[in-house]
Amino acid sequence: MPVATAKRVDSRRVFVVVNYVLLGLLALLCLFPLLHILALSFSSSAAASTGRVVLWPVEFTTAAYEYAFSNPQFLRSFGTSVERVVLGVTVNMVLTVLVAYALSKESHVLRGRTVYVWFFVITMLFGGGLIPTFMVVQSTGLLDSIWALVLPKAVPVFNVILLLNFFRGLPRELEEAAFVDGAGHWRVLWNVYLPLSKPALATIMLFTIVAHWNSWFDGIIYMNSPENYPLQSYLQTLVVEDTLSVRSPEELELLQDISNRTYKAAQIFLAALPVLAVYPFLQRYFVKGITLGSVKG
Amino acid sequence: MLLPAIVLVVIYEYGPMVGIVMAFQDYVPAFGFFGSEWVGWDNFEFVLSLPDTRQVVWNTIFIASMKIVAGLIAPLLTALLLNEVGKAAFRRSVQTVIYLPHFLSWVILGGILIDVLSPSNGIVNQFLGIFGVDPIYFLGDNDWFPYTLVVSDTWKEFGFNTVVYLAAITAIDPSLYEVASVDGAGRLRQTWHITLPGMAPIIVLLATLSLGNVLNAGFEQVFVMYSPQVYDSGDIIDTFVFRLGLIDFQYSAAAAVGLFKSVVSLLFIGLSYFLAYRFARYRIF
Repeated sequence: MPVATAKRVDSRRVFVVVNYVLLGLLALLCLFPLLHILALSFSSSAAASTGRVVLWPVEFTTAAYEYAFSNPQFLRSFGTSVERVVLGVTVNMVLTVLVAYALSKESHVLRGRTVYVWFFVITMLFGGGLIPTFMVVQSTGLLDSIWALVLPKAVPVFNVILLLNFFRGLPRELEEAAFVDGAGHWRVLWNVYLPLSKPALATIMLFTIVAHWNSWFDGIIYMNSPENYPLQSYLQTLVVEDTLSVRSPEELELLQDISNRTYKAAQIFLAALPVLAVYPFLQRYFVKGITLGSVKG
Repeated sequence: MLLPAIVLVVIYEYGPMVGIVMAFQDYVPAFGFFGSEWVGWDNFEFVLSLPDTRQVVWNTIFIASMKIVAGLIAPLLTALLLNEVGKAAFRRSVQTVIYLPHFLSWVILGGILIDVLSPSNGIVNQFLGIFGVDPIYFLGDNDWFPYTLVVSDTWKEFGFNTVVYLAAITAIDPSLYEVASVDGAGRLRQTWHITLPGMAPIIVLLATLSLGNVLNAGFEQVFVMYSPQVYDSGDIIDTFVFRLGLIDFQYSAAAAVGLFKSVVSLLFIGLSYFLAYRFARYRIF
């Protein structure tokens, strides 16, 4: 029946067009707020306050960025964040690999394996809550130190489980051959497991980098003095606080070109920049990572 | 190999669990856990007597359940639509872009949303103004605030689950579609009778696992976006604990609320893992 087929082809074509438009709009919806903030950060304060900025900078200026980079607190916080990522990711990765290797063994190799696994998994299901956790960190003397941001979350159990499942998927014969050749557990881990696990390790490492870079709440509760805030914690106070404080007469001059709004926009964008910069290159790993974690078997 | 990890986990994960005892004490920092007086359930009674408690629990459940529902449906629809796209390049770009907000922190997105939603000069209200809509106080109005939370949270996270759903679609046997189209089924019927049933296990899995979140309304998001004007509709258990404990120094009362939340959450997580194992054969390790 030619008429019916023609109708079906027509409606299919309509659907395809509508679908593309819909998905395009959806993608735009995700990108638009970011682009708008970027445009604001490069616009003059006058253009920003009269609402003339949409997606393109109006009266282009880099004053807001100059101001951000002249702000010692911003730079210090940026440094703290970088330090945190380096320390935190190192500790997380070393512990994840060690724990995952041990727990990937069968019960006859690691006695009490099930007990150990539960020991770690319980911490994913139940916690002491905010106040007791705070008091433990306080009583171990970590307040105001960078270690307060690293040690309490030193063992990322979710990542351990990801890697442990990956290790268990590796062919058993490789390991056995290494043992026959006289290798010990450390050697097997270093020379057999790790080289084979590069994709899984990359995924987990990226998860940890982003997690450390983005976290801010622990900075706010564990750092008594705001000078020690990592970037995102500092930014949180900035988002809440509504006034721009003037620090010196020279700054007053700069302030004529920028406003609270463009200045905030610039700092928000700078804080997002590291993630935005690595994102396009790494997102396929992330995609692999979550499919590895969520849909098993 | 396990030793360093075990030591750290004992201190920083199990240590706080011991600290829970202070929920049953009149905790005074100078006396510590051993010197403080035991008061039984007094802290729980005190918290229940606070006028805000009922509202806070209701807000938490209300916001969290809306987030759970929206967080299941939005990515499902997106995945179905994306699956119909023929051009791989387009599909990949959309996927990349919608997945992006997931990787930005709530501080950054909160900062952006506060600007974009501002009633005086935010771009959203400017846009609505074109159609003659009066400025909406998305973040300052108790009627709007919970929905603003739900929509923005869904916006941040839907790309993530879309990818999970898409992975499930790719796992469906393509010969089923061939057979169906030979039998004369159109795309809609194919979606209804093949794609959706094929995705059922993963949908059930994500739905049951999200059960564990009924008391998690999203602390970081609310903390960044709320203000005293919207405490009535936006204050959730976690923000309440934060203010009670670390701002008002009611350590014991805050710990009691925290304990209540942990226990209820644990029950729900236990139930959800049981259901996930029962219906989807899901095991965490």
